[in-house]
Amino acid sequence: CRTSDLSGLCTRPLSHVTGTSRCSAAGRCTLLPVSPDQQRPESCRDLKPVSRGPIVQFKLSDIGEGIMEVTVKEWYVKEGDKVSQFDSICEVQSDKASVTITSRYDGVIRKLYYDVDATALVGKPLVDIETESGSEVIQEEDVVETPAMAREEHTHQEIKGHKTQATPAVRRLAMENNIKLSEVVGTGKDGRILKEDILNFLAKQTGAILPPTPFQEIQTPGPALAPVTKPPPTTPKPVFTGKDVTEPLKGFHKAMVKTMSAALKIPHFGYCDEVDLSRLVALRAELRSVAEGRGVKLSYMPFFIKAASLGLLHFPILNASVDEGCQNITYKASHNIGLAMDTNQGLLVPNVKNVQLLSVFEIAQELNRLQALGSTGQLGTSDLTGGTFTLSNIGSIGGTYAKPVILPPEVAIGALGKIQVSSKLFQDDQSRNMKISVNVLMQFLRESFRSIFSVSSGAFCRSWSSSVQLVTEGLMEEVEMFYYRSLSE
Amino acid sequence: MSVYVSSVVNADVWFTLNYTRNCSQLRTRTVVSCTAWICGGTAPSGGCRHKLIILRSRSTDVYQNLALEDWIDANVDLQRRGVLLLWRNRPAVVIGRHQNPWTECDLRAMRRVGIPLARRRSGGGTVFHDLGNLNLTFFTSKKAYDRKRNLKVITEALRRVRPGLDVQATDRYDILLNGHYKISGTASRLSRKSSYHHCTLLHSADRSALSAVLRPSCPGIHSNATPSVPSPVANLLDHAPTLQWEELLDGLEQQYSTGTLLLLLASPGSDSTFPGLSRTVAELRSWDWTFGKTPKFSVQTLLDLTDGRSPARSSARLHMEVKNGLMESCELDVPEDWLPRPLSAELMNSLVGERFCPHRAAAAAAALLRTESGERQSRLHNLCDAVVSVMG
Repeated sequence: CRTSDLSGLCTRPLSHVTGTSRCSAAGRCTLLPVSPDQQRPESCRDLKPVSRGPIVQFKLSDIGEGIMEVTVKEWYVKEGDKVSQFDSICEVQSDKASVTITSRYDGVIRKLYYDVDATALVGKPLVDIETESGSEVIQEEDVVETPAMAREEHTHQEIKGHKTQATPAVRRLAMENNIKLSEVVGTGKDGRILKEDILNFLAKQTGAILPPTPFQEIQTPGPALAPVTKPPPTTPKPVFTGKDVTEPLKGFHKAMVKTMSAALKIPHFGYCDEVDLSRLVALRAELRSVAEGRGVKLSYMPFFIKAASLGLLHFPILNASVDEGCQNITYKASHNIGLAMDTNQGLLVPNVKNVQLLSVFEIAQELNRLQALGSTGQLGTSDLTGGTFTLSNIGSIGGTYAKPVILPPEVAIGALGKIQVSSKLFQDDQSRNMKISVNVLMQFLRESFRSIFSVSSGAFCRSWSSSVQLVTEGLMEEVEMFYYRSLSE
Repeated sequence: MSVYVSSVVNADVWFTLNYTRNCSQLRTRTVVSCTAWICGGTAPSGGCRHKLIILRSRSTDVYQNLALEDWIDANVDLQRRGVLLLWRNRPAVVIGRHQNPWTECDLRAMRRVGIPLARRRSGGGTVFHDLGNLNLTFFTSKKAYDRKRNLKVITEALRRVRPGLDVQATDRYDILLNGHYKISGTASRLSRKSSYHHCTLLHSADRSALSAVLRPSCPGIHSNATPSVPSPVANLLDHAPTLQWEELLDGLEQQYSTGTLLLLLASPGSDSTFPGLSRTVAELRSWDWTFGKTPKFSVQTLLDLTDGRSPARSSARLHMEVKNGLMESCELDVPEDWLPRPLSAELMNSLVGERFCPHRAAAAAAALLRTESGERQSRLHNLCDAVVSVMG
């Protein structure tokens, strides 16, 4: 037995059947449990005395059509697992038929006779199940589908009166938590009590604030050919399991650890400013329908991105990068402006390439493309690499001030807050109207090397805000010209 | 041939009535709750006396239709009756329960044209579905499971509508036209008490699209997954040019249910008719089902490496073990003079435990690339791209 914690103490022979190093003594091991902070080997976990009932050899039943052998494709259980009647045990395949083998008994799996991809014979033992002592061994032909035994998924509609309807799994959950089924309101069909009902009941009892489920599924995209009406997005129901879960960091998150450690080593300085966006708000409202007519969703970001690029023309130091040892600084020619996106995977920063060459509309198109890919978890390396400057509008999810972190090898990041109506009311003398100014509260430009290069982030910020005005006015001129042109035609 | 008439219960499904043997005409339309009928529950006139029910799905979404199959298998009492489900999908690739999507189809090409991938619950090989391909699913109890009988329904129906058409079922449960072209393939699924056997029937499928996507995504994959057996195919329409879709469906329905016919149109989109169906749809769409259920396999291939800055080239050996769609182990043998070992080791390290998915790998690679610069960065970038391209 190669269970690591026992290091040679356990002398039971290996189980060759499943090819694991798991102790075949499973449950009959008389060694003392190891201390709780060490990881306990699975096989010696259940040291509590198990009622030793008869071990039944569960044979592979007739599949039909004279089939005598099948290939085992997937096991749903392993040795030591508890199974209930009708739980799935394994999946076998025979000549284009995929068959789910379900258990005939309640009990504990004691032996698996085949490995994955092995050939199993009909009529020969498939698994050994240790049934509870005193429980009946039910022959297949006599199986009567009484309501209490029906599987959760196989909700047969012809269920006749039972006082509290619940499947064995739900009953077990209730029993483990000392809940009386009669006190729980059932929301399933015919008042059946579902697992969710037990969990809701528990939550109300403990008054716990349930943590959200950690990772949502990234779903494979539906066909792009015909528009599919998507159901309204529902927030995932928080599930309270009451157990700590430890898992290793892997993949993208592991890689980001290195990035973030590097990022936080960069000295950060900040600067705040407010910008009046009322003209931009008006312009965007006007242009939005025009853009939608061309299939493009127009937000404020394309304007901000273009403005940032205009600002970078005046302050190329902010579009630079330094190497790791701070030996060289490279002034990048392209303005590849990244936009921080909070996705299922975490913080991803795809970037729009060569913003200096693009119009606001083209930026909007590219942003749409990146956002669509980001939401389905489909961004590629070219989208995610090569950024020279980043804008973060994480404040748009509700916060006003965001504390961004500069992403190496860039030297600056701009963080945008939420567009808010400021409490200041302006009186416009010329029009004699009350005008409400719309401001963007910003934390802008945490930059590194400010003291070295004496670059004023305030100056960039002012430049940025005037760029926003410039972009706005420039576009308004274009819009006016467009109107005049169409009037004259 | 008479058809059953009913009164209105819950408006959800159109009920087609009054078929005559030679032509089908819609005489009256009455609306019935689909679930009540096929489950034999509280039907208005006291129970459904039909032994055979025919359902036509109105959905062309592959996930909804596969979920509908699941639903019928789980919820309809098949001990007393049989169900035939007729359905078709917008273009999609459907792989068998135990197949490997990376070897069966070109995932990149499919993403480019927006063709989705679905894994069905039954075994068998990979098929390309489109609106010219009819799917038939025969639901029976496990005891009444008989694929030969089901295929006979199809061949007899075809011979009835086009006498002289040479269609034959084979030992492998395919149907061949003119003894040579495959027009139908089969797969089935057996559960505890019920079973279903579904088959395709090529009426007017797009054969060029088929061959473009049914090729491996990347070389070097070794697995024990069920392989597909390619065969020459043909469309019924090519050999019987006047056989329209409706005529084909009518012929099949009449052959299946020679007595009184109960025909229902099902909209799998509504959860009120099919409770729990949307949950199955979500499961079928998920990465964990579509890719995570792939039997374990290994990837062994040689990557060509270039440097964006100079004409220098190199190559690296890649070996990955993938189980449940996750990379259990990654070994990358990059020449030391091309890229320092710790760097390639870091890339491999960040991929272990991650999904065998190009997007996940791209995100991990992008994060790593931030901390590098110069020649090392461009070579690492090229290496990352090469590794990502192996994943489809």
